[in-house]
Amino acid sequence: MPSYVITEKCDGCKGQERTACMYICPNDLMKLDRDRMKAFNQEAEQCWECYNCVKICPQQAIEVRAYADFVPLGGNVIPLRGTDSIMWTVKFRNGVLKRFKFPIRTTAEGSVNPYAGKPEPNYDNLKKPGFFNTSSDLRKI
Amino acid sequence: MELETCNFSYCKRPEMIEIETDLLLIGGGMACCGAAYEAARWANPKKLKVIMVDKAATDRSGAVAMGLSAINTYLGENDPKDYVRYVRGDLMGIIREDLVYDLGRHVDDSVHLFEEWGLPVWKKMDDGEAVDGAHPAKKLTEGGKPVRSGRWQIMINGESYKVIVAEAAKKALETNRQATGLTENHYERVFIVKLILDAKVPNRVAGAVGFSVRENKAYVFKAKAMLLAAGGAVNVFRPRSSAEGQGRAWYPIWNSGSTYAMAFQIGAEQVLMENRFVPARFKDGYGPVGAWFLLFKAKATNALGEDYCVTHLEKTKALYDPYASKLGTAIRNHMMMEDMKLGKGPIFMRTNDAMAELGKTMTPKQMKHLEAEAWEDFLDMCIGQAGVWAGNNIEPDKTPSEIMPTEPYLLGSHAGCAGLWVSGPTDLGAPKEWSWGYRSMTTVKGLFSAGDGVGASGHKFSSGSHAEGRIAAKGMVALCLDEPDFKPTLSQTIDQLVGEIYLPFEVYEKYKNYSTDPYVNPNYIRPKMLQARLQKLMDEYVGGISTWYMTSKTMLDSGLKQLEMLKEDANHMAAADLHELMRCWENLHRIWTGESHARHILFREDTRYPGYYYRGDFNKVDDKNWKCFTISKYNMQTKKFEMSKRDYVQLVAD
Ligand SMILES: Cc1cc2nc3c(=O)[nH]c(=O)nc-3n(C[C@H](O)[C@H](O)[C@H](O)COP(=O)(O)OP(=O)(O)OC[C@H]3O[C@@H](n4cnc5c(N)ncnc54)[C@H](O)[C@@H]3O)c2cc1C
Ligand code: SF4
Ligand code: SF4
Repeated sequence: MPSYVITEKCDGCKGQERTACMYICPNDLMKLDRDRMKAFNQEAEQCWECYNCVKICPQQAIEVRAYADFVPLGGNVIPLRGTDSIMWTVKFRNGVLKRFKFPIRTTAEGSVNPYAGKPEPNYDNLKKPGFFNTSSDLRKI
Repeated sequence: MELETCNFSYCKRPEMIEIETDLLLIGGGMACCGAAYEAARWANPKKLKVIMVDKAATDRSGAVAMGLSAINTYLGENDPKDYVRYVRGDLMGIIREDLVYDLGRHVDDSVHLFEEWGLPVWKKMDDGEAVDGAHPAKKLTEGGKPVRSGRWQIMINGESYKVIVAEAAKKALETNRQATGLTENHYERVFIVKLILDAKVPNRVAGAVGFSVRENKAYVFKAKAMLLAAGGAVNVFRPRSSAEGQGRAWYPIWNSGSTYAMAFQIGAEQVLMENRFVPARFKDGYGPVGAWFLLFKAKATNALGEDYCVTHLEKTKALYDPYASKLGTAIRNHMMMEDMKLGKGPIFMRTNDAMAELGKTMTPKQMKHLEAEAWEDFLDMCIGQAGVWAGNNIEPDKTPSEIMPTEPYLLGSHAGCAGLWVSGPTDLGAPKEWSWGYRSMTTVKGLFSAGDGVGASGHKFSSGSHAEGRIAAKGMVALCLDEPDFKPTLSQTIDQLVGEIYLPFEVYEKYKNYSTDPYVNPNYIRPKMLQARLQKLMDEYVGGISTWYMTSKTMLDSGLKQLEMLKEDANHMAAADLHELMRCWENLHRIWTGESHARHILFREDTRYPGYYYRGDFNKVDDKNWKCFTISKYNMQTKKFEMSKRDYVQLVAD
């Protein structure tokens, strides 16, 4: 299911050095056409349909069209990702609509405090089993 | 053809940036994120520098980029010995039981951290009801009960799984910057091309070279200890899809065998590289079936409604016992394909029957919830499958869905065990030769691995890969502290290295005007065709889909001849831009991975993984001669692969 960019909605992330979709695509597929200031998927057949570009685009300009080599036309799957949940709209070829909402995280974005309340490492245990925050006295076979 | 070299006569020389660090993490997936978290804590007080390099944006890189709907390894109340038994049974009897046990006794802490950082974990309430992870409930560490979809799996709302894990890793890296004064220690969009041995200490890694996919900059990282955890390999074999859909591989299309290739090139030993993973998944979309099997108790049958795991069992046992009776993943694939070859397909997952069965005891409200759970399984980790169902008007409660085995993938953390041979724990009674050095170190000094990179120890999954990265990080810190005076010295000059990396640009610029079509030119090969050639030959000679995963000595010999020439032609790879330059090197990594895979299959004269691949000339499990690890090592002097056997030792009783 390759992603595609809706011409009218994309504003090229206002000409910033890197666009949101370019930043996020794990496969380096999104590219900005600087003449038109519009993004496009430069290698549609390498798209994993991970939807990361779709979820991140501030203009909601990216959607996904099911792979034409095996999916009949007419369906679509559209996310709306918030800070603590995501909403999905699934539209079938025959018009059936399904909506789902799922939680995505229980803490505020950016709030992870990695070592808060965790012990300092004990270097005597460095070569023993266990992590810096757990006992080195672990079960044996 | 003449060898090409790059003196920057045609293409522009990139800026070359040299960076020195103590620890280098190559990759930004589950394993490297775990390593960053653990490493920084130990490294900071000692002022050791930790640097992470990822080819993508770490928030959404690697196999968990899209999200996941389950954590597949959480031991909880289970004994790690049972975990070893389960992994051994699924992987046809040969695993590193020291590594698997060690993972089993460590993994839960990573899961507890994920929950602390904000990952929603489903819970089973006192009245037996299952609630999603946003519902107020006790945490796992407080005695909260997870919802298990199988003995080892727990359900999560995992859309943001990777974002959350990356956030912790990035924060950990930030503490390391503060402790060491480094201004930058997280490089995104830098693709590592190859590793370099030390000029003074034999068999020790000294550096990693790569380039930015965004600007004309090349990088050399010199390090005392390196974690190479850049995932497994996809797209080595021709995919089932023929056009646009080729991106919809089951395994994430961006993991291109970098781990295996780069370690191999500098002589690290690999183990069980003949192993591969061929998951049976929903057809075309490759959506997950685990929840359907385990949570919803759906059955898969042939088109006539027969259960192939019953009808083919006796024959399968005769060929592949003692393992067939365990009904592991490979064996189930095998029996399914037997039916497909008999024309009894398509194979269907009877989702409708499962829903009807569950409906008997559930209220309509509960059923609605169940339906949402079924869709969430896709929407969390394989959205494309939701698209396939939507486009085909498939509602799972009304229509069954086809399942199909995929093209082969190489990996070491899911239900596969290809990868590097690493040093294990010392306290579990394993043979001494299994733990010769720092924990998680490969046979090249200073080079460590984790996750998909480590062989003979599958079923680690996301949580286990994170935990294994943490285990490796401790080994790396230990090495750095033991040898504070070691200074890595590169065995190649910067000029050589940058010329090598940019060679595909030079080749392209030199010849591009020779023909009127820059794609068809006798002087070079663009990465897309390089990949197509690799995929075709692997498919046809090394047991891909077109031969129903069948191969033999004669077929492999022919395939390897073609692979040799393909490797030579890689000297003529051409790239028009940075994106294509990355594709060139990805494909070179795939070629090396494919060669290692083919040589291992050739070496092992039995069919150890029926359902994943078959040796037509040795179509049985031969425990007498082949219940052993297969080891390969690339000899840089002779440029030959050296193959050997190593004893398997059972540590956990049956
Ligand atoms: C389809 C699928 C479904 C899965 N489902 C589940 C599940 O439900 N539950 C579960 O627990 N586990 C699941 N897993 C397993 C889990 O995702 C893996 O075990 C885990 O991600 C492996 O971690 P890793 O760090 O080895 O690799 P990855 O997480 O894949 O990370 C690899 C990293 O290397 C980087 N990289 C690659 N090449 C280079 C290079 N040359 N230079 C620099 N960086 C590079 C990538 O960008 C990425 O950051 C699933 C895996 C797959 C593929
Ligand atoms: S993120 Fe959206 S608006 Fe920005 S360039 Fe990409 S498609 Fe256009
Ligand atoms: S869907 Fe994923 S792989 Fe495809 S372009 Fe978007 S981010 Fe890239």
